Amino acid sequence: MMRLIADNKHLSFGTAIIVLLLVFSMGGGVVVTRDMADVGAGRPSKPPTLEHLLGTDQQGRDVLADLMFGTPASLKIGLIAGVLGVFLGTILGLVAGYFGGFVDASIRLVTDVFLTIPSLLILVVVASLIRVVSVEEMALLIAALSWMWPTRAVRAQSLTIRERMYVQVARFSGTSHWRIIVFELLPNLLPYIAASLVGTISGAILVSIGLSTLGLGPQNEPSLGLTIYWAIYYGALIRQLWWWFMPPIFIIVLLFMGLFLISSGLDRIANPRLRTTI
Amino acid sequence: MTIGFLLRRLGIFCLIVFAAATINFMVPRLRPTNPIESRLYELAAQGGVRVGQIKEMVRIYNEKFGFDKPLYVQYANYWIDLAHGDMGTSISFYPASVRAEIMRAAPWTIGLLTVATLLSFGVGSILGALMAWPKVGPYVSFLVPIFMTLSAIPYYLLGIVMIYTFALVWPILPTSAAYSSGKNLEWSLDMILDIAKHAVLPAGSIILTGIGGWGLGMRAMMVTIMGEDYMNMAESKGLRPRTIFFRYALRNAVLPQVTSLAISLAHIMSGAVVVEVIFAYPGVGYLLFRAISGNDYFLIQGIVLFIILSIGIALLTLDLLYPLIDPRIRYGKN
Repeated sequence: MMRLIADNKHLSFGTAIIVLLLVFSMGGGVVVTRDMADVGAGRPSKPPTLEHLLGTDQQGRDVLADLMFGTPASLKIGLIAGVLGVFLGTILGLVAGYFGGFVDASIRLVTDVFLTIPSLLILVVVASLIRVVSVEEMALLIAALSWMWPTRAVRAQSLTIRERMYVQVARFSGTSHWRIIVFELLPNLLPYIAASLVGTISGAILVSIGLSTLGLGPQNEPSLGLTIYWAIYYGALIRQLWWWFMPPIFIIVLLFMGLFLISSGLDRIANPRLRTTI
Repeated sequence: MTIGFLLRRLGIFCLIVFAAATINFMVPRLRPTNPIESRLYELAAQGGVRVGQIKEMVRIYNEKFGFDKPLYVQYANYWIDLAHGDMGTSISFYPASVRAEIMRAAPWTIGLLTVATLLSFGVGSILGALMAWPKVGPYVSFLVPIFMTLSAIPYYLLGIVMIYTFALVWPILPTSAAYSSGKNLEWSLDMILDIAKHAVLPAGSIILTGIGGWGLGMRAMMVTIMGEDYMNMAESKGLRPRTIFFRYALRNAVLPQVTSLAISLAHIMSGAVVVEVIFAYPGVGYLLFRAISGNDYFLIQGIVLFIILSIGIALLTLDLLYPLIDPRIRYGKN
């Protein structure tokens, strides 16, 4: 396993970036304190100094503290929504792919309908009416619309695995459906599930940052999207307060780079044929 | 194409419309407060209207919008109105109708996104194909990590960086809007240049982030095609490399890309919501943002329904046209 990660440049580089970001977000309590991310912690809109390494925003929040406490919030949303979405998607995909027939047709129909409607839009409608107050609520809301791609990926793979010889043998020897799904199908699907987990996490983070940027996220806890929302709201761009909006952008780009590399690395493990191409 | 496929596809379309419209109808009514009442109290807080007057206004408006009738009557009326293309009246742009506001914004979004999507598809696909071509590949291989970075950046964040760089630090382009304020919308060269100048940055951010994805996709397709027998055949026949590249490799590799292009074109209405907000570009996305800021529920729902409908119709058309683009596809045969 370790050798697989080391051999796979994308996977190891991506993992390194994510670990770096985790260390950064755990450093929150060491380098800065939580109250530095509160309104009025310093003088407003000041460029970086030794006291505030990344300066302060319009309302006197320390930008570095804001980021160090905001990054884990965004990661948390991604993780909760991603895990729940993939969990749901795996169950639906396995059931649809294995049983086929009417069950498959109905699951496919619902998945297709939800795939067509952009989740950001449903979330905009829901979030604009029920103001989201906490990071966890936001995560659950996004999770409710994160199961479609995993469902599709898992279903497609279970369809092919279902026809393999060892599954047929298990079926003819009278193994129960649930045993076949859990012990024959699931283990062979793990690489795909892992790849779609990373994809779902990064999709969930993207949507949550989009929602926060539109002003529809939780507004009482720091998060990466909220920092950008305030920066736009107070015209940080026009006033050229670069230390306010550039660092969160940098962190978000790093985050997506890391997730992208991991998912392309996992893809290579899931589809060995891709390995020869680079 | 079989009748069964056609029916299934139409069924999905109807389901999408039904689901979107019903969510739009139900969600606001799950709230304990009345949207009109809360909006009026908000106005009162700013303006100093007496509470007694508000009660009267709420009663009149409730009657006008039909909030005093039972839920199923409201639902039926909602569908009747929708069938007439009536999506209600905007609260924040009163007395403009929701439909008029959307129709004013839609051309901007369609124009910006169509140009940006086509450009990023064209440039990305050609660069991607070159990256996989043995004679050129090594010279452009430095593009691979750049493409990966670009495809990982949310386009609106690149938009922020571009505004900062090209409109503020080095002010050669306008920061926001679709045309200079004070100008009249008319068909003149001056106006077209002005619109183009304003579109460079928002379109640029979408194009640049898009190029990465198209390029990497095209490169992967080309790599697969290079291993095909007909490529060896073409080479051994002594065809010119350019002919092989364009006629044999590119033409075959681009087909799956065209499918994705069509799907992205179907999604243009929802593609740039946040970019439009950042550039204050007067399209559908910016309208949605202003509707959210103004708690204008009718407008929010109208826009969302409009976008979902446009995606549904576009994808339906695409599915029906697809056998014409790729004759290998025959729906429902296997």
